[in-house]
Amino acid sequence: MAEEPETMLQLPSTPAAGGEGLTDVSPETATPEPPSSAAVSPGTEEPSGDTKKKIDILLKAVGDTPIMKTKKWAVERTRTIQGLIDFIKKFLKLVASEQLFIYVNQSFAPSPDQEVGTLYECFGSDGKLVLHYCKSQAWG
Amino acid sequence: MHYPIGLLFDLLASSSALPWNITVHFKSFPEKDLLHCPSKDAIEAHFMSCMKEADALKHKSQVINEMQKKDHKQLWMGLQNDRFDQFWAINRKLMEYPAEENGFRYIPFRIYQTTTERPFIQKLFRPVAADGQLHTLGDLLKEVCPSAIAPEDGERRNQVMIHGIEPMLETPLQWLSEHLSYPDNFLHISIIPKQTD
Repeated sequence: MAEEPETMLQLPSTPAAGGEGLTDVSPETATPEPPSSAAVSPGTEEPSGDTKKKIDILLKAVGDTPIMKTKKWAVERTRTIQGLIDFIKKFLKLVASEQLFIYVNQSFAPSPDQEVGTLYECFGSDGKLVLHYCKSQAWG
Repeated sequence: MHYPIGLLFDLLASSSALPWNITVHFKSFPEKDLLHCPSKDAIEAHFMSCMKEADALKHKSQVINEMQKKDHKQLWMGLQNDRFDQFWAINRKLMEYPAEENGFRYIPFRIYQTTTERPFIQKLFRPVAADGQLHTLGDLLKEVCPSAIAPEDGERRNQVMIHGIEPMLETPLQWLSEHLSYPDNFLHISIIPKQTD
């Protein structure tokens, strides 16, 4: 399976944990993946400080779950797993009743209220957090 | 909330008289803050995920992955039926570490505060310092949540609670992880305002 080139997009920022539609993604912010982990998104003014910066996440599909053309996203640390699930579901145009599971390390499903920033700090590597998503329970 | 009940007590009601009277709402609850519970299986899956996350920190998931399905089931059944021996027969393996190390790889912990918006603090923290000294509860708090412990000359305004008690800050973290972790293998630490009594 040929890997699609990784581009980097901003996940639309929302104050609360809620997924935004595909239309809210601004394609003009797409930049080639920087060689280092210092991925500062252009045009965003973030206060300095550990908790304010965005982090990079890499989303990988499992099994027959549709892949996302854009795999790499910059997201706010405070975004929750539920917020991410809602976003992916909208992006893939899944119906609301369809389930979506997100896994860390291909082993555990973090609780929906966990913040991605926390997961990044504990389970990120090479400057990014790799998350697998699946329409059915992939790992126990 | 979908937190362990002991944690909820420490965090929100530690000055209440026991037994603690609780009211459970099955509707009209804050839907954004609380996880829905579609089935009993969802609770089991949530619990097992917490255990797997804890073992990812403690042993790079090696111990939990080497277990059989029936072992996982026994952990859950032991907890569900309040059979400590049944639970611990398996959980014991999650509490082991190589003899040449002095503890787990990282300590699974979560620090909760009533005064912040964030759900909890969770970071990577090793039980043993680079110089071989055992890290203490105080070391952990100083590193990840300095506001919890007052400056050396100041008076402490907070209490650090685990399971309804205030462990000494000099207690080695590895020991706490082995003896005061919740069944999900996390140390759930509450920082609450000091009681004036």
